[in-house]
Amino acid sequence: MKRKSVVIPGFGLTTGVTLAILSVVVLIPLASLVVFSAQMSASEIIDVITRPRVLSSFKVSFLTAFVASLINAVMGVILAWVLVRYTFPLKRIVDGTIELPFALPTAVAGIALTALTADTGLVGGFFANFGIKIAFTRIGITVALVFIGIPFVVRAVQPVLEKLDPAYEEAAGVLGASRMRIFWKVILPELIPAIFTGFGLAFGRCLGEYGSVVFIAGNMPFETEIAPLIIMSELQEYDYSSATTIALVMLVASFITLFLVNVVQNRNAKILKGGS
Amino acid sequence: MSTAIQGGLHRDTKGSKLVRYSLIGISLLFVFLMLILPLITVITEAFKQGFAVYSKAVADDYTIKAILLTLEASFFAVAINTVFGLCAAWSLTKFKFKGKKILATLIDLPVTVSPIIAGLIFLLTFGRQSPIFPLLQDADIKIVFAVPGIVLATIFVTFPFISRELIPVLESQGTDEEEAAALMGAKGFTIFRRITFPHIKWAFLYGVVLCAARAMGEFGAVSVISGHLRGKTNTLPLHVEILFNEFQYVPAFAVASILVMLAILILVARSVIEHKGRKK
Repeated sequence: MKRKSVVIPGFGLTTGVTLAILSVVVLIPLASLVVFSAQMSASEIIDVITRPRVLSSFKVSFLTAFVASLINAVMGVILAWVLVRYTFPLKRIVDGTIELPFALPTAVAGIALTALTADTGLVGGFFANFGIKIAFTRIGITVALVFIGIPFVVRAVQPVLEKLDPAYEEAAGVLGASRMRIFWKVILPELIPAIFTGFGLAFGRCLGEYGSVVFIAGNMPFETEIAPLIIMSELQEYDYSSATTIALVMLVASFITLFLVNVVQNRNAKILKGGS
Repeated sequence: MSTAIQGGLHRDTKGSKLVRYSLIGISLLFVFLMLILPLITVITEAFKQGFAVYSKAVADDYTIKAILLTLEASFFAVAINTVFGLCAAWSLTKFKFKGKKILATLIDLPVTVSPIIAGLIFLLTFGRQSPIFPLLQDADIKIVFAVPGIVLATIFVTFPFISRELIPVLESQGTDEEEAAALMGAKGFTIFRRITFPHIKWAFLYGVVLCAARAMGEFGAVSVISGHLRGKTNTLPLHVEILFNEFQYVPAFAVASILVMLAILILVARSVIEHKGRKK
């Protein structure tokens, strides 16, 4: 399928190496998941995923990931806005710190947030005065997921905000619109696809998150047990078929999330291309 | 009319000042509480019982072994992903062929897979219930619950990190320069070294830093595949987990502080590379 005018060497070599490494590291292992689950009957699969404990872990996973991503969508827009539009001391450090969740190992984030939000911790102690427990509850899981997800939204919204033409805002201002109205009617509609992308990426990541959540969750069945944790405990009991079944459900969920993100991204790219 | 505009602007600046300070305030508070405070917590917890306890925990035999294993896994992840990233970027940006889009999607796939599932698929591929397990056993090759499994899982979770940085840069660069060089008789590797690489140098370094960061911190995937054999298959994050679960909080945070320092180092390197790359 090479173009007839190709003069650059290395097609065979680079494509060959790419396919070889891709097969060994990604394709064959992922295929083994499919092969393994194909050996199970449909009723076995349904049996596993309708166990009350498994169902409730799905509920906890989706609920906390959704709430955390919602918080991140709001906080991410505020942070991106502040970083793009305002100047203030420590701005560069704040901008760099946003990336911390990518650089800090999740297990370290997990134990740090646990120590901080337990009743004996600085933040947890404060909230304990009001009878609010953070660590070892679903609030704790959500806090950990907010930590994990925040850079996704900020880094999705920031470049769009940077490119936004201030002429529209000025025009709206000249026409007498208030700042609030300009934000809701002029700025926010431009940001929606980027916010959705950031939300989707954060949600996908949060669904599968394990390291930061496992310490702060307390892992009580039906209360704070997330789906990745159930997979882990099934594996420790060498129940590979249950683990694989639950993994398959989570995998499909994250693929759907990513697919939706891609659809929005492609459509947005087309609009941007057509507009300019 | 001009007075109306001025009046409007005047009202806006007053209102927007309040909005500006409260938004900056909210942002600083969020960054401090969610991001900075956890870092401070790690350091204060690590030194809670003084420096002697801290250094004892850091210099512990198992900690040293965990550091070495983490370095080993990170080294292999960066090395393999470098080879892969360069080849994939070259193949995907310099040539047109069928299935290119699918290939690009497959490369990005691993980041969407939960770390736990990433560990699970290697367990299924090379573990006891795998069809190739007897073959591996005959050849005396151990992958699951051993170092090769950890290395494989680490490569998997960092798989697209380098190629993802290279592809957009090479795409915007086009193929004209390489075509010209090839027509003048330059060999493939010469073209890459003299023409392509200078363009992608910073993007490449950036990818390496991101890859190394994720590799040293990977927890879920490695946790599934390692079998938690202390001193044998324990990476730094797993060592932190074991200590924490044994209620050895001070040693756990002491070991975690090593990872915090590495994370800060990576953030600084990242922003330096980004800055230099942008200057170019």
